[in-house]
Amino acid sequence: MSMATTVTKAETLVGRRLRRKEDPRLITGTATYVDDIQMPGMHYAAILRSPHAAARIRSLNVQPALDHPGVAAVFTGADVAGVGPVPCGASLPGLRVPAHSVLARDRVYFVGHPVAVVVATDRYVAADALDLIEVEYQPLPAVANPEKALEPGAPAVHPEWPDNLAFTYHQEGGEPDRAFAEADVVVRQRIISQRLIPTAMETRGVVADYRGAEKSLTIYSSTQIPHLMRSLVAQMLGLAENRLRVITPEVGGGFGSKLNVYAEEALMGFVAMKIGKPVKWIESRRENFQCTIHGRGHVDYYEIAARKDGAVLGLRLKLIQDLGAYHQLLTPAIPTLSVLMMPGLYKFRNVSADILGVFTNCVPTDAYRGAGRPEATHGVERMMDLLAAELRMDPAELRLLNFIGADEFPYATATGLSYDSGNYAEPLKKALDLVDYHRLREQQQQAKASGRLVGIGISTYGEICAFGPSPATPAGGWESATVKIEPSGAVTVMTGASPHGQGEETTFAQIAADELGVPIEDVIVVHGDTAIVQYGIGTFGSRGTAVGGPAVYYALQDLKAKILKFGELLLESSDVTFSGGVCTCNRTGKTVTLAQIAAASYRAMKLPPNTEPGLVATHFWEPPNFAFPFGAHIVVSEVDPETGQVEIKRYVAVDDCGKIINPLLVDGQVHGGVVQGLGQALFEQAVYDQDGQLVTGELMDYAVPKATMVPWIESDHTTTPSPVNPLGVKGVGEAGTIGCSPAVVNSVVDALGHLGVRHLDMPLTPEKLWKLIQAGGQA
Amino acid sequence: MHRKVPVQTTINGEPVEFLCEPRQSLLECLRDVIGLTGTKEGCNDGNCGACTVLMDGRIVNSCLVLGVEAQGAQITTVEGIARGNQLHPVQQAFLQNAALQCGFCTPGFIVAAKALLDQEPAPSEERIRLWLANNLCRCTGYDKIVRAVEQAAQELREVKA
Amino acid sequence: MIPQEFEYSAPTSLEEALHLISDGSAKVLAGGLSLIPLMKLRLAAPGHVVDLGRVPGLSYIREEGGKLHIGAMTTHYQIESSALVHSRCPLLAETAAHIGDVQVRNAGTIGGSVAHADPAADYPAALLALDAQVRLVTASGERTLPIQDFLVDTLTTALEPGELVAEVIVDVDVDGATGFCYQKMAHAASGFAIVGAAVRVRRSNGRVSFSRVGITGLAPKAFRATGVESLLQTPDDVASAAGAVADGIEANSDLAASAEYRCQMARVYTARALRQALARIA
Repeated sequence: MSMATTVTKAETLVGRRLRRKEDPRLITGTATYVDDIQMPGMHYAAILRSPHAAARIRSLNVQPALDHPGVAAVFTGADVAGVGPVPCGASLPGLRVPAHSVLARDRVYFVGHPVAVVVATDRYVAADALDLIEVEYQPLPAVANPEKALEPGAPAVHPEWPDNLAFTYHQEGGEPDRAFAEADVVVRQRIISQRLIPTAMETRGVVADYRGAEKSLTIYSSTQIPHLMRSLVAQMLGLAENRLRVITPEVGGGFGSKLNVYAEEALMGFVAMKIGKPVKWIESRRENFQCTIHGRGHVDYYEIAARKDGAVLGLRLKLIQDLGAYHQLLTPAIPTLSVLMMPGLYKFRNVSADILGVFTNCVPTDAYRGAGRPEATHGVERMMDLLAAELRMDPAELRLLNFIGADEFPYATATGLSYDSGNYAEPLKKALDLVDYHRLREQQQQAKASGRLVGIGISTYGEICAFGPSPATPAGGWESATVKIEPSGAVTVMTGASPHGQGEETTFAQIAADELGVPIEDVIVVHGDTAIVQYGIGTFGSRGTAVGGPAVYYALQDLKAKILKFGELLLESSDVTFSGGVCTCNRTGKTVTLAQIAAASYRAMKLPPNTEPGLVATHFWEPPNFAFPFGAHIVVSEVDPETGQVEIKRYVAVDDCGKIINPLLVDGQVHGGVVQGLGQALFEQAVYDQDGQLVTGELMDYAVPKATMVPWIESDHTTTPSPVNPLGVKGVGEAGTIGCSPAVVNSVVDALGHLGVRHLDMPLTPEKLWKLIQAGGQA
Repeated sequence: MHRKVPVQTTINGEPVEFLCEPRQSLLECLRDVIGLTGTKEGCNDGNCGACTVLMDGRIVNSCLVLGVEAQGAQITTVEGIARGNQLHPVQQAFLQNAALQCGFCTPGFIVAAKALLDQEPAPSEERIRLWLANNLCRCTGYDKIVRAVEQAAQELREVKA
Repeated sequence: MIPQEFEYSAPTSLEEALHLISDGSAKVLAGGLSLIPLMKLRLAAPGHVVDLGRVPGLSYIREEGGKLHIGAMTTHYQIESSALVHSRCPLLAETAAHIGDVQVRNAGTIGGSVAHADPAADYPAALLALDAQVRLVTASGERTLPIQDFLVDTLTTALEPGELVAEVIVDVDVDGATGFCYQKMAHAASGFAIVGAAVRVRRSNGRVSFSRVGITGLAPKAFRATGVESLLQTPDDVASAAGAVADGIEANSDLAASAEYRCQMARVYTARALRQALARIA
């Protein structure tokens, strides 16, 4: 046994600003996204979609398309009767679940509803043939607004349920009625969180490849949940689950919009099995806007009860959720997250919430970055500002007065959660210091005295993330990891999470390299192939690192125990430590490297007692709780009184996401999240007209923020480790989005407050503000 | 089969001849005909910048250029930005700053940023933002991208100095 | 998002191009920024597309007889970056720099833009303020129209079948005596003008001796706001003169801006443009 040089690492990789292992392929154009896949004999699918929001299909003639040269097949609703329904994974008592066929049968329910699929030798032929299909629609009355849908006599989205109610849901904690009866002050406000279009830069896409001789289907899909998709699509297609392989190639952003199983995934599988050729379908941007889920879509009625000293007593919410025409995977569950999160960071002991889940003739809503929690935070943070205005208190002081104390954790909320850890005042105080709050208020007064409309907005948010304990999630809330050390000592981590930009190929490699004491270059992280990677849940809800990371960590602990056993065997000692990539005998100082141990473990000339050959460990980690990040965002804005345009003068974000594995990556998550929040606050809104036509149907109409439209983001952190997992991490993917919108709106309301403006609904378009300014603040 | 037209062009410094239908965009020709899939389709109507390429030294949305219009043109795609294994300073700066997440918009940003720095060695922050205003990023916001371009500009100036 | 099939021609002379379009059935490709998206949506489905990209002699900027002549295939980028345009017609350079984004300005052409007649396009405001003329050619002859006669309505021009925009001719401003400015409120998503105001002014003895105000985005077609021009007697009249910009105008109303708001923004941006233009007079 040779002596190896002992390498003692001065510091861990975890915590360092390391470059991303993902990036070399992404910056050179050599990564493979689903549309980059080419296969011999590949066919191309195009989907005919309804131009009507509600209509009966009176006749459908696909023969002219079938006759078009190059067309291999055309399928309609009648052909796919054997394909199971598009799944809804959420269950609520009394939930009405409409039959959701992958292609419309005799009726269409929203603009973009798939009616037929054409399969051809190339995408051009498929597009041409699509135009040849003859459909006769009988248009029906449609309803696109959830409050209108609740009115008596409104058109029924689904004729069997004329009230358009998919479900009602009630939750309360404490004694809300008493709290409101005893309150000195009650403030009420209707608050809208408008429908948004997630707009991942890569649209959805599917390649399906069926090998008849093997009876095996491979689906390549741009998704956040390869394993769940495999289970669900296998069911839809009646395939044995081990005959379906789902591969997620590079995924160009998801934000929740790819946390789903869509009609097209099963449909392409069906097509590939029918025609015996690989088939590709790539969603156009227009289809993406019309047919991929939207987010938000709330009309919320809030009431807050407080004492005159500012102490909050109770919160009530009536939440009207625009569900769209169907339930996608999690559609009805999303507003329940709003309810869970409605108390925010405050000591609301008495809460009551009612959700009305309403069908409309629109594309379904579902999880979009934050998924229910931005809506809740927007609500409670607006209400805190309204209360502060009512009581003539400083909004920062009101928040500090009502925060759950740092000594009160774990904290049981009135909505049934147990907040893991926190020090909510700390990020707010840090943010106030960063903006020099008192001086800023003085400057604001001076500016206002000279006629300028300058406002300061504060938002302090908490979020429920790291989804989550299995009993609290629709599909299991654990995550899995396998760590393999190859005979050469090279390390492969296989995660059941499915990162699509978050950077876990880097952060998980940091964790593994630290634990094993090997260079990060020796570690690769594999994900997104159900034939290679053990079952996993996926990446969403800020869970990739917070749930996937601990699974990696625990698999590494198992592996380290085994490494130690081999080390003891090879060093012929029972007093051995494994550190820095080597096992060292503490008595003799002799060492053996990980590579030597790995080689010996596979060669298996000798084995430690009760030990199998090889160095592979798998761990499925069930989190005992969610994790609860928090933070404070402060916005300084100025409104142009002549035009109503808002300029964000400063944006300060102090986020606490627990321990940070790689600050470089966290910066990107915060910046990106904030920019999506700015999009909601200032620019974005999915607009349907009264007939259910999507008016904002393309990027010419729907304003995704551009580089010229957003300010620098001053980002800082506090660090409160989570006790829920051994890494102390909490999750950061959604924080920026959740913290942002109320800070922006609060700042603009503050800028216009002297005109009597109490509240503004998003997006804060120039015209909306201009009209208010013209009317002296009266809407 | 539709009538196809031969097009002679130069892509990333190499002469390339390909056949395409007149209705195929340059983007589709690059990706589907020539096999250069680094350039991405994000919207197919000129509003996202993911398909940005250099055409005769100027950046264009390749989704709004017909393949046949590339006859005789010099095209540079993201695959042609590095010199062999030597990353361009813009790529290097994107790497150092992690100025990307999902990476789908990144080829367009890199080509656009390179074009800016080819003609303006010291662009202001405002100028960088204006130049990149047609390139949408949904993951990362723009701070890191703007910083990466500033850093690449400085790097290039130092190399020249 | 795939166009219908079409025949493609890339003529290499103006004569050939005019011959190819002479029966009026072909669509002219002059940058493609408007035409190609329409074709992808199959809202336009021409059987024949004639690409002017290879016709020599359509891309130029030259001064002749006290006017600036700009070839139809000159790109927005060429105009925004031309030293000649900056020195002789800075309003046009400033306007070109406001169009869309870099990718658009590199591909889009002035001829393509004016022939498309988008009511929210930037150029028409400047061209109206510059007393521009549009020279049109056919296989058999040519004619020159003032820009206000060339622009007929939303997406409609005076172009006859078989006719091409050959060049745009604008006034030259010398010696910095003419103040100029283009200001617009851009649509957050598209970058098109919700309203845009292009102005030129000259002063003499404390009075405004000359003014031109072109407005885009406000109405179904861009127009010259002669009411503003006549009210602008002195620099002190800016606010009141700009206040008249929407008088008698039936303003556009859409998701981006109501008619009322558009009218008010036209007043605001006209006033801002006039103030800056007056301040720029040497």
